[in-house]
Amino acid sequence: MSSNKKYWKSVEELNEDSSIVETLQQNEFVQEIPTDEFLGDKSSLENSSTSRRDFLKYVGFSTAAATLAACEGPVKKSIPYVVQPERIVPGVANYYATTIADGYDFASVLIKTREGRPIKVENNNLAVSNGDANARVHASVLSLYDSSRLQGPKKGAEDISWDSLDKEVGAKLNGLGSKQIVLLTQTFASPSTSKLVSDFRAKYQNVKHVVYDAVSNSEALDAYQMMYGERALADYDFAKVNTIVSIGADFLGDWQGGGYDSGYAKGRIPKNGKMSRHIQFEANMSLSGANADKRVQATPSQQKQVLAALYKYVTGSGSKGALDSGLDTEVVKAAKQIQKAGSNALVVTGIQDVDAQLVVLEINKAIKSKAFNESTPRTIRKGDAKAVAQLVKDMNAGRVGGLLIAGVNPMYSLPNASEFKSGLEKVDVSVAFSMHNDATAELCQYVATTPHYLESWGDVELKKGSYSLMQPTIRPLFDTRQFQETLLKWTGNTATYHDYIKNAWTGILGGTSWNQALHDGVLVKPILPKQELVDALDAPEGDIADIEAVPAPTVVGPNVGAAARRLSVTKSNDGLELTLYTKTSLGDGQQANNPWLQEMPDPITRTSWDNYLTVSKADADQLGLTNENVANGALNGSYAKVVVGGAEVTVPVIIQPGQAKGSVGLALGYGKSKGLKEDMNVGVNAYPLYQNLNAVQTVSVTAAEGTHEFACVQLHNTLMGRGDIVKETTLEIFNTKDHHEWNAIPEVSKNHIEYEVTSPEVDLWDEFDRSVGHHFNLSIDLNACTGCGACVIACHAENNVPVVGKSEVRRSRDMHWLRIDRYYSSQDSFEGDDNKKNAIAGLGSSLSEFGEMENPSENPQVVFQPVMCQHCNHAPCETVCPVAATSHGRQGQNHMAYNRCVGTRYCANNCPYKVRRFNWFLYNNNDEFDYHMNNDLGRMVLNPDVTVRSRGVMEKCSMCIQMTQKTILDAKRDGRAIKDGEFQTACSAACSSGAMVFGDVNDKDSEVAKLKEDDRMYHLLEHVGTKPNVMYHTKVRNTTEA
Amino acid sequence: MRQVKHRNSASKILILGTVFLFTFFNPVFAQDEAAVDNVAATEASSGGDVAKGEELFKSLCAACHKRYKKMTGPALFGVADKYEREWIYSWVKNSAAMVASGDPQAVAIYEEYNKTAMNAFPQLSNTDIDNIMAYVMVPKVEPPTPAPGNESSTASGSGSGVSMNVILAILALVFLMLLVVLFLVNKTLRSFAAANNVELPESEARTPIWKAFIQNQFLVLVTAIFLLLSSGYFVYGYFMQVGVDQGYAPIQPIHYSHKIHAGDNQIECKYCHSSARVSKTSGIPSLNVCMNCHKSISEVADATATPDHSKEFYDGEIQKLYDAVGWDASAQAYTGKTKPVKWVRIHNLPDFAYFNHSQHVSVAGVECQTCHGPVEEMEIMYQHAPLTMGWCINCHRETNVKVADNKYYEKIHKELSKKYGVEQLTAAQMGGLECGKCHY
Repeated sequence: MSSNKKYWKSVEELNEDSSIVETLQQNEFVQEIPTDEFLGDKSSLENSSTSRRDFLKYVGFSTAAATLAACEGPVKKSIPYVVQPERIVPGVANYYATTIADGYDFASVLIKTREGRPIKVENNNLAVSNGDANARVHASVLSLYDSSRLQGPKKGAEDISWDSLDKEVGAKLNGLGSKQIVLLTQTFASPSTSKLVSDFRAKYQNVKHVVYDAVSNSEALDAYQMMYGERALADYDFAKVNTIVSIGADFLGDWQGGGYDSGYAKGRIPKNGKMSRHIQFEANMSLSGANADKRVQATPSQQKQVLAALYKYVTGSGSKGALDSGLDTEVVKAAKQIQKAGSNALVVTGIQDVDAQLVVLEINKAIKSKAFNESTPRTIRKGDAKAVAQLVKDMNAGRVGGLLIAGVNPMYSLPNASEFKSGLEKVDVSVAFSMHNDATAELCQYVATTPHYLESWGDVELKKGSYSLMQPTIRPLFDTRQFQETLLKWTGNTATYHDYIKNAWTGILGGTSWNQALHDGVLVKPILPKQELVDALDAPEGDIADIEAVPAPTVVGPNVGAAARRLSVTKSNDGLELTLYTKTSLGDGQQANNPWLQEMPDPITRTSWDNYLTVSKADADQLGLTNENVANGALNGSYAKVVVGGAEVTVPVIIQPGQAKGSVGLALGYGKSKGLKEDMNVGVNAYPLYQNLNAVQTVSVTAAEGTHEFACVQLHNTLMGRGDIVKETTLEIFNTKDHHEWNAIPEVSKNHIEYEVTSPEVDLWDEFDRSVGHHFNLSIDLNACTGCGACVIACHAENNVPVVGKSEVRRSRDMHWLRIDRYYSSQDSFEGDDNKKNAIAGLGSSLSEFGEMENPSENPQVVFQPVMCQHCNHAPCETVCPVAATSHGRQGQNHMAYNRCVGTRYCANNCPYKVRRFNWFLYNNNDEFDYHMNNDLGRMVLNPDVTVRSRGVMEKCSMCIQMTQKTILDAKRDGRAIKDGEFQTACSAACSSGAMVFGDVNDKDSEVAKLKEDDRMYHLLEHVGTKPNVMYHTKVRNTTEA
Repeated sequence: MRQVKHRNSASKILILGTVFLFTFFNPVFAQDEAAVDNVAATEASSGGDVAKGEELFKSLCAACHKRYKKMTGPALFGVADKYEREWIYSWVKNSAAMVASGDPQAVAIYEEYNKTAMNAFPQLSNTDIDNIMAYVMVPKVEPPTPAPGNESSTASGSGSGVSMNVILAILALVFLMLLVVLFLVNKTLRSFAAANNVELPESEARTPIWKAFIQNQFLVLVTAIFLLLSSGYFVYGYFMQVGVDQGYAPIQPIHYSHKIHAGDNQIECKYCHSSARVSKTSGIPSLNVCMNCHKSISEVADATATPDHSKEFYDGEIQKLYDAVGWDASAQAYTGKTKPVKWVRIHNLPDFAYFNHSQHVSVAGVECQTCHGPVEEMEIMYQHAPLTMGWCINCHRETNVKVADNKYYEKIHKELSKKYGVEQLTAAQMGGLECGKCHY
């Protein structure tokens, strides 16, 4: 239908006589096009010898030439060794046992090297303690190939030779007179380094050694010293207890050096109807809280009150003090649970307060907790907050003549960095031992560039009696010299550090040979526990009254009663309380220039490339802070100004379900600006708020201008009652009811008859015979998975998964082959969700009720679910590929032929699990993605057995087919059958909690075949009928209260 | 008449060519004879068996001695004249004892060669030593410098490919001449006819053939289809060979002859390419492997030289190895200055294809030649197989898996052979055609 409407272009048209309208009527452009400018100069146009024809000829010729040149195949060169090292066979990996000890992470690991370059970190199964690498340790191999590393020693901004550095610094150190020489170092926990420092002390008088941990454990160390006379950390074996009460301790994260998850997970798998019970009192939503059976919100000040009350209820002494009645009920329940478990219980706390730490030690002593072994305390934290504070004072007073800073970056990580800076200016000679030109190195007179731990020698005493050796796995890439080597030089010792360690170890080795110790990487010397403790542990199990009958070892210790009293009178805080925490990805921020870690999503918030203030919903509403999803599905958040004392930072805000009202959280380790690539300078430095090196601070928070763009990989936070994705039940139901009730196989209807979905009757496809040869299955136990993310990084390293950067992640183009989904319950529990969903009938309130279910509860239950390609036997992706680029192998793996893929992305659309990843860009050799794959150094970490994918192809988890194929080939070459446990994937090998088990289900005796028959086994979205080769085990929560 | 003349000249060229070819062989025979004469002459003079001596020398002495050149030990030519025979006997049997006893000559040698004691050979009898002496006293045969006249014959006779081309060119020339002759005959006959007033029948003015062709639409259609199909065939063929480098034989930084090593000297492939047994890559041997032999072999035998590559050429190539590995042949010591060799890679699989040598070499027992061709005949290494996926797949379809005595295959072979009803399983039946076996 035509219309008579007239559209106005401008108000000028109202004026009938407008000359503008007149002139513009016939003109397309308002202004004349200045053709004269380039065509007007007739003479030069005519004089030009290049005619239009010539021009076309040139174009044609150059195009043809370029085409022809492109036809020529590239000439590839191969350069063999001149003298091939005996142990290196090109194409075959070598493994070396070594130890990471960077002051924050301590672990015995195996390093896989190819042609002499380290490419992957693996767990050292020989290690008794700290043999489990976390995500940061797995990623540390990439930090070796960090292109921002310093390449040689420096004097100011100038390069200097090692000889002149030795000479100049040596002369200056000798001329200091009575002034102090201070060694400000990380915790080395190294017997030989301690010896070396005392040698140094003997040579230069007036030497002081200050140990500084960026994230302090000073109070716990002090308390342990008061109680047991040694400055160390209590060591707990979580596998030995069945009741765990944690008050603000994120022991599945980095609490007291971490590494507790494997012990913890052992008790979490229900065996003979029993599993451990875990109660967590905390403010921030931590990994431990997310895994707890019962999580109780408590602000830091409330936590102290809780601890005091718990002390009273368990031991009967002390006083309760003021405590919120709701919390009080929970504490009573927890105390009952502890009393019932007796020595099978354990209490831990992360409160940075000597009193609190003392009280916890006392409770564990009172109940004679089996988990605690006082003879083998951890020695991997030695930092002394008071000594560091004193040092800054001394520096400013001009008492410090020489300052040698090793392994720490106080200019970045000290809250009073400006005071440190002014003090540093008064120091006569300052030397930084650093890998990077970081904030501290920049201000020091000299930088004695150090190598990465994979290029160094070393030794570590992880805990009393557990030793571990560090050996170089590659020749130093740059002109570096490790701290100990330099100290040796400066003490006038001509031996190499390698010889020095060997010498220092003669006492430690005992009957073991040096080569054997180096081969194993670890050495454990038996330390017999004190006799009375052995007696106590042998005592029959029972309640606490029985144990009290055994006389407690008399320790002339601190006054714990007074400590408990002080705790009990802690006042509730009216303002907001900030708890500074560390993320599993970045930790204290040493590896901030590691793109794998930056892109690893936080297990709780699922946000990468950022730190943020976690605020409870109630507080956010009150302060006017919001989170919103924008049109492209990404998450935006407001900014908040956080003020502690004089320090102030502006940070983005994430509303965190489960955050205790009245508390906020902020991660340390971000916001580094010196000595790293610009792309890695993300987040906000929270260390200025870390006053007195205490993680808990009283803050004032106000909304600030602007909106922050997050790179969050999961925006649907709740399960909406879809119990077929994550199946969950309680221990009680698990023990009493048939598995068909709590783990029912879904049914589908055909001709109005209900069939189980596994029945061939309702299958679209004919079944293949899969009984011949290997058939790989991966089993994931949701009970044992703590969500730590080590598997995510191991997968990155093994499979050359690219890093795409923040803006791409925000566009949902993250490339992780393996993701760990995190779900919150919208009711108090997932069971409540199911009930609510099932109760919705008809249209009536369904929309509003489903809407409510989108929002997580105030204190939700949390569940982690690692999801990778499910390798469906009846794979929906395979049937839709127009070029047959993805197909199924007999061994159960869903293959992906990258060279065949044309990038239609049909497969990704048809995948019910959304595990396929598309290469939107070329991520290697591309300046737009300036991460490790864009420089020669960073590319050294690539696994040569796995294709580096190009732009425009789909990729996904291959179930590490390169590893299964290698296992098969090795067996073929040796002419032997394959034993169970030989087949591994990167994720299952990295999983220290035992949640992931991989193997051949056609081998009926294998662990994975047994797991497949387990009652708890289910498949993800089973009703779709895809028959996946990845299985999950129903999460069981121990909700039984004492 | 003229035709006959031309045919004569053509056959003359052919005969001439054959004669050239034969002349090339003559000087070779002449040289051989001379050498044999020489040997016979010396055998008579020194009173030992040269042949037996040679055998002994090569098995016992050659690791450290050469006849005409210093190596670990001195050059041995002339020693029989320099020392008394009795002295030589006792030296060979136990030189260390002589040095210890302070024999001045013995000590002098000991000092000269960096105090390296010579191995004792008590097992050698005096006759054996005589035989060895007879062998080492054979004077060096100077390779006769080729006469200047011979050069042209060598050039014309080198390679049968060239002569083939010559024959073809001659044939083409003959045909061209025939054409010319026919045209001339035709013209002559016409002029005869014109002279004799013979009326030549005028051919009717027919529609030119191209016009007729265009008018016949069916023919046009058929031709068009034919042209399209054939051009499609060639275009497809062209595209299919893009990236297929069969026959690729790049010039290498060192002229390494597989023919001399694997062919003439029968060195086992995996002696140098040892990682093929355990690794995915066969490995280009590191230079220390070359030096296992070339520490003693600093020059090739005269017989190794070919018309294409002279002895000097080969010796120069060995020198290149010495330069790369940093070996000073005269001082018999490593200088420490190395210069890694940048070989040009011949067999290039794309990154997305995974190939493992040990699977094929150790597990399946496939001969190297199956894929790499007659390496033992290759003066210059070239790519024998197309290395295309079709080529891989064909082999996997046809080749049986070697399951004998391999416990790994026991179970799967039993089950699979039952399933397929065959006794011998091919690699394809074992799963060797699955995408993910090579692409990941």
